[in-house]
Amino acid sequence: MIAPVSKIREPLVYGHKTYHQITEDLVAPTEKAPSLSWMLVFIPALVLLVFGVFSIYWTIYVGIGTWNLNKTINWGWDITNFVWWIGIGHAGTLISAILLLFRQKWRTGVNRAAEAMTIFAVMCAGLFPLIHMGRIWDAFYIMPYLNTRGPVWPNFNSPLLWDVFAISTYLIVSLLFWYTGLVPDLATIRDRSAGLRKKIYDFFSLGWTGAAKHWQRWEYLSLILAGLATPLVLSVHTIVSFDFATSVIPGWHTTIFPPYFVAGAVFSGFAMVQTLMLISRKVLNFEQYITLNHIESMNKVILTTGSIVGVAYLTELFISWYSGYIYEQFAFFNRALGPYWWAYFGMMFANVVSPQFFWSGKIRRSVGWTFFLSILINIGMWFERFVIIVSTLARDFLPSSWSFYSPSWVEIGIYLGTFGLFFTMFLLFTRVAPVIAIAEVKHILKTSGDQYVGKDAEIQH
Amino acid sequence: MKRNKEIIFGLYGDEQDLLAAVKSAKDRNLEIYDVYSPFPVHGLDPLLGLRESRLHIAGFLYGLTGALIAFLGMSWVFTRDWPIIFGGKPYWSVPAFVPIVFEVTVLLSAIGMTITFFVVSGMGFGVSNETLHDSITDDKFCLAFDKAEADEATVRQVLQESNAEQVHEKMIKA
Repeated sequence: MIAPVSKIREPLVYGHKTYHQITEDLVAPTEKAPSLSWMLVFIPALVLLVFGVFSIYWTIYVGIGTWNLNKTINWGWDITNFVWWIGIGHAGTLISAILLLFRQKWRTGVNRAAEAMTIFAVMCAGLFPLIHMGRIWDAFYIMPYLNTRGPVWPNFNSPLLWDVFAISTYLIVSLLFWYTGLVPDLATIRDRSAGLRKKIYDFFSLGWTGAAKHWQRWEYLSLILAGLATPLVLSVHTIVSFDFATSVIPGWHTTIFPPYFVAGAVFSGFAMVQTLMLISRKVLNFEQYITLNHIESMNKVILTTGSIVGVAYLTELFISWYSGYIYEQFAFFNRALGPYWWAYFGMMFANVVSPQFFWSGKIRRSVGWTFFLSILINIGMWFERFVIIVSTLARDFLPSSWSFYSPSWVEIGIYLGTFGLFFTMFLLFTRVAPVIAIAEVKHILKTSGDQYVGKDAEIQH
Repeated sequence: MKRNKEIIFGLYGDEQDLLAAVKSAKDRNLEIYDVYSPFPVHGLDPLLGLRESRLHIAGFLYGLTGALIAFLGMSWVFTRDWPIIFGGKPYWSVPAFVPIVFEVTVLLSAIGMTITFFVVSGMGFGVSNETLHDSITDDKFCLAFDKAEADEATVRQVLQESNAEQVHEKMIKA
């Protein structure tokens, strides 16, 4: 029972694949010895990770004074990196949940990798608030449990505590969604392997058999988890923006923050998915599964969300002028022309100007351009958080307290370390599990394979 | 009652053949043991007469539990256990509870449903269910009958008429 597909729809799977060929192609990276290109990325990632772990150790051993934060600028690279990484994570949920609800078939090529990316990015993000607490060994105080300290409870009215709930829920729900999707594919690997390898995959595939009733429930579960994850992902960055928006700092105290943070998160997340997918499809030979059509679709999302971000920046500027409130006006004047003017213009260029190149179909389908712009957008979105946090704090209420901030080697080390963590995890993931959802690609083959649709279609149905 | 099952099954290379085979087995009133496939085959559930899953009801109940725990818990802490005034607002400042109530609702619903799914499907870490054929998770669609419940001669006839690529038998131990 195949739903009719328009003949002019572009195929999503090239190379006249059969079901068996899909299994062979997608499982291949887990069955071969790591390639040279894999090692060439893995070793630097591991080095960065080790350096990051040392920087964190140094922070905890010596104290938070190893960072260049001061009384005026009490949030710096740490919270910038936190918000940036959380934003990166958003694309994964958007691709796997929202596009599932919208029945977008191109999600199948990238959803697995994007979900993994979400999980690793949220892990990187979660690190920053934890070590910023200074006494990480007391971090469990943020959990509300009956305790012998009074009992003393966390403040449930605080956006910082909402963050704790939002991010831990986000991490857990993303993990469940990702793993449930992985189970059938792990079973595929199990049934191809022997010996110890079979035993390991047997353990992790949870006894999957592929029975009709199980598939029915599996599809139900995916759909409902998608339905839950959709408002969840919107709530997560909304709550992150509350950290700023519910404060009384001019430049932060704005109602536009929630939608603008969510759009920015999706924007930066898709840029990161592009960066990763463009490398993965090359290194893992997935060019017939992650096609130019996938890349173009993602670029369209980048264009849309990038334009929303652009409109939000301009609205913010207009409202600060229109408010007639001099402190708000000063905050924005200071962002653009103050000591951090370069960050502001870097952000404006990378986030507002650069995605506009994607109006051109040629650029949307160009691997080189997409890669370049995706990196630029990642940098731009990092600048956005830096501008919001540091340039606002640098000029606070008393001119005598005005200050300047640049990171210490420890802060830079921790940030580089999260890159190490992210890439190490992602690269290990490509070795142990299929990076593309095998069952889901098979499911769309007859409606999206190039032998069925597109200009080379041979089989009619 | 647990017993060893002698399963006879046919493997098909295409989901359309499988659907046709299931239809012809149903037409002859054969009791189908189960159908296995490498991905969800749409249109199969009504043919097999599978009931709609009730997972969403479970999800709703877990979510409701989460919402109640979060809302009542915070209300108890802030009005009974340790009332504190934050920023001159009332002790029981309900709008500020909304984010956490929402998050806990989603959390419990998702965890509960996922666990329920695996438990009712007889799956879990370390569980090893016997599969009929290794190619079922690769590229073959399997229609299986239990010899004790379906007449073997008719089964073989159905499998042959529906162009099963392979026909095998396997004993599944109780």
